[in-house]
Amino acid sequence: MIRGSDATGYPEDMTVEVNAELIAETARTRDGASVFDRLERLLPLVSKPIQYVGGEVNAVHTDWEAADVRWAIMYPDAYEVGAPNQGVQILYEVINERPDALAERTYAVWPDLEALMREHGVPQFTVDGHRPVGDFDVLGLSFSTELGYTNMLTAIDLAGIPLHAVDRTIDHPIVLAGGHAAFNPETISDFIDAAVLGDGEEAVLLITDIIKEWKLTGRPDGRIGLLQQLAKTGVVYIPQFYDVEYLPDGRIMRVTPNHAEVPWRVRKFTLMDLDAWPYPKAPLVPLAETVHERMSVEIFRGCTRGCRFCQAGMITRPVRERSITGIAEMVQNGLEKTGYEEVGLLSLSSADHSEIADVARNLADRYEDSQTSLSLPSTRVDAFNVDLANELSRNGRRSGLTFAPEGGSERMRKVINKQVTEEDLIRTVTTAYAAGWRQVKLYFMCGLPTETDDDVLQIATLAREVIKAGRAVTGRRDIKCTVSIGGFVPKPHTPFQWAAQLDHESTDSRLHKLRDAIRQDREYGKAIGLRYHDGKPGIVEGLLSRGDRRVGRVIEEVWRQGARFDGWSEHFDYERWMAAAQVGLAGTDVDVDWYTIRERQQNEVLPWDHLDSGLDSEWLWEDWQDALEEVAVDDCRWTPCFDCGVCDQMSTQIEIGPTGVVDLPMPVVSRPSFVATGGGA
Amino acid sequence: MSRQAPVRDFAPTVQRLRIRYAKRGRLRFTSHRDFQRALERAIRRAGVPVAFSTGFSPHPKISYSNSAPTGAASEAEYVEIGVTVECDPGLVGAALDSALPPGLDIVDVVIASSSDFAARLEASRWRIELHEADRAQVEAAVATFLAADEVEVQRLMKSGMRTFDARAAVVEALVLPELDAELDTGAAGAADSNGCVILELVVRHTTPSVRPDDVLSALRRVADLVPPAPPRVTRLAQGPLDPVSCKVNDPFGPDRAGVE
Repeated sequence: MIRGSDATGYPEDMTVEVNAELIAETARTRDGASVFDRLERLLPLVSKPIQYVGGEVNAVHTDWEAADVRWAIMYPDAYEVGAPNQGVQILYEVINERPDALAERTYAVWPDLEALMREHGVPQFTVDGHRPVGDFDVLGLSFSTELGYTNMLTAIDLAGIPLHAVDRTIDHPIVLAGGHAAFNPETISDFIDAAVLGDGEEAVLLITDIIKEWKLTGRPDGRIGLLQQLAKTGVVYIPQFYDVEYLPDGRIMRVTPNHAEVPWRVRKFTLMDLDAWPYPKAPLVPLAETVHERMSVEIFRGCTRGCRFCQAGMITRPVRERSITGIAEMVQNGLEKTGYEEVGLLSLSSADHSEIADVARNLADRYEDSQTSLSLPSTRVDAFNVDLANELSRNGRRSGLTFAPEGGSERMRKVINKQVTEEDLIRTVTTAYAAGWRQVKLYFMCGLPTETDDDVLQIATLAREVIKAGRAVTGRRDIKCTVSIGGFVPKPHTPFQWAAQLDHESTDSRLHKLRDAIRQDREYGKAIGLRYHDGKPGIVEGLLSRGDRRVGRVIEEVWRQGARFDGWSEHFDYERWMAAAQVGLAGTDVDVDWYTIRERQQNEVLPWDHLDSGLDSEWLWEDWQDALEEVAVDDCRWTPCFDCGVCDQMSTQIEIGPTGVVDLPMPVVSRPSFVATGGGA
Repeated sequence: MSRQAPVRDFAPTVQRLRIRYAKRGRLRFTSHRDFQRALERAIRRAGVPVAFSTGFSPHPKISYSNSAPTGAASEAEYVEIGVTVECDPGLVGAALDSALPPGLDIVDVVIASSSDFAARLEASRWRIELHEADRAQVEAAVATFLAADEVEVQRLMKSGMRTFDARAAVVEALVLPELDAELDTGAAGAADSNGCVILELVVRHTTPSVRPDDVLSALRRVADLVPPAPPRVTRLAQGPLDPVSCKVNDPFGPDRAGVE
């Protein structure tokens, strides 16, 4: 049990809430005692209470006292979104496998429960043991998107943890951010103690070791001592150990370490040899309905297609494949442990796995008669992809097929380095329609650098050609095509990190022109569905993605004004964000436009320059210039290295097959016998 | 080229198994749909040879009856599955129980002897724990309720707000003596009986069904009874109703007789 005997200057409670004192009191004992009794009384009063009770198949229960280091892992969104998250499930298992550590999960509570928790003094809790989050050593948050930041503040506050990292004492958990958004954690640097870039598996083990050592040696130098130990590794970023200075025009002048033994740049983690890390081994099966009712197997990590808008593809390099045998073992084991009827083969571009055809054929053979369906999120525009989809849907279940040309015009696709021609697309969808698919979904982006109205209007032309080809090959009129459009948001560590984001008025105007063009098409318009959102949420996402430390005050202000669940359109409030930006950025020389629709120059210090994704900034700039000149860059898996810098900087290499294994033996399934043995019943 | 349902040889149903299960503790918050998903996955994990329907998207042959509302615990929920191999019900029960999460527990499995099961579920016995409630006030409210011929209540249903009588379906309503409440430490797992008034109801299954919360609405309506804390509801039994003794009998009786 941890006790804060050497706590210095324990701050008086920061936020005045209805029952903040009771929450703080609960947190102070830190004995991990369950608060379920108190929570249970509130559950009949809220919607979908099942999401708060845990009890999932394959959930782990570890004795509180037996663990030296205790993690609360949070996916800062509703349970239905967070529970299936692979990152959280992997870390949950990796930590719980250690005899000296435990991990429990916590998710964002909906406003109905939040209000009741505040009224009745129930703290943020884990769904496993219903222990107060404030009792753990670490609150680790996995951010897939910046729109979870306000939910983080709710959780920290409900846990009785001071909102600002500098106000915390030895009695409070370390608040640690990970996930893709952590590659620029500057906007939340006021609220987090630490951030980790890259793959989490080895990171959580390293951090567990450091915290254990610190606790067993009597917690030398208190909280700061622990943060120093973490910073010394060079792979854990401690924002408060860096000072940011600004130029008179608002740009960053420099970022400098203010502590001894703190590195100038913090490196990302890269996990090699995925076959050695077959997690999750026992995927969680939630009782509540979630967004992904299936088991997922990650077939490779990283992507080198080089799409210039894609942060995931840039920050997860190099490509590391799981082998065909490794995949098959995970699928078989996972199905046995979960009972799921669907398996998703996940990665950033699943058809690019070097052995994907054999993987698909072998798995389809294995599970053909077992009412198990296999799916491959198919994003590449390639007829081969249709063959794969046909193979995987042998037993009859077919939803739609999705392809992502991303850019409407040939020129646009060159700018973003999505090397797909119109002929490719037409050939691919023709194959799909000929094979019996009736619906094809096409995904595009709006607001890409150098884009004009005409580039977006060409989406309508393309969709028209798709329907035309489908009708021709099938001789039918019930061919459908759905066009989904997302607004482009420039992201850190990509060639577009310097680009101006399109203002929301122009985004909306382009989308309306596209909508009108499709509507006016008498021949094909009715066969084309159009899905898009307005441009406003993208501006907030842009502010949070490329913001710096000054944006922290905006996040805090908007949260105080009630912002929660910003990724949900029914909760998102653009006007509230803009009002909060007025308040939060008051007294600075910068505003929302400055962060979003302003193009940056090569010499500007970017807020994330001291965070090392391995990408060489010279190369990123060249790639940005190539984009403007509409020059393509190939994939280093099948062409020579083009020096993006990652493998050199991180001492990594591409790990791909083929392994030479073509046919897998059919698994030996020991069917349990339920046959009556006579006289037993 | 239109697509047709693939022709597959599905093994036929050779036996139907009737299962009684319980919904306990924190898993009483599972909805009916939550339980359906959990059971289908448990069947796959346990490897029970369930039969499938034919057609485009084959479904396991499982039929549910009369599930308790979300938030209510139950000791007596029923479901029937068709299997393709003649099974020992005890072995299936044990396998399913260990494949389901603790809190969703298999209580009993029998081989179905006829197809009249739904008709056997005539009534339910419910237990309502009213924490921090005033015993005398509850007793008075129940007496007023029982004295009435009809008590109209409202509930939001799929078709909208409906008004119906909550009185006629209630065959028995009894406030348990304090001693009985304390003695009960059964599987229903009443957390603490201290300061808790226990009301037991026998309710005939009608359309629309009268649920414990409807009876609570009725008590509020006739006697202004407002429980200070959310009541905890458990279905104790479901089955044929003995109208004289107000006893709810075991619905598996005819199946057991048929097997042995």
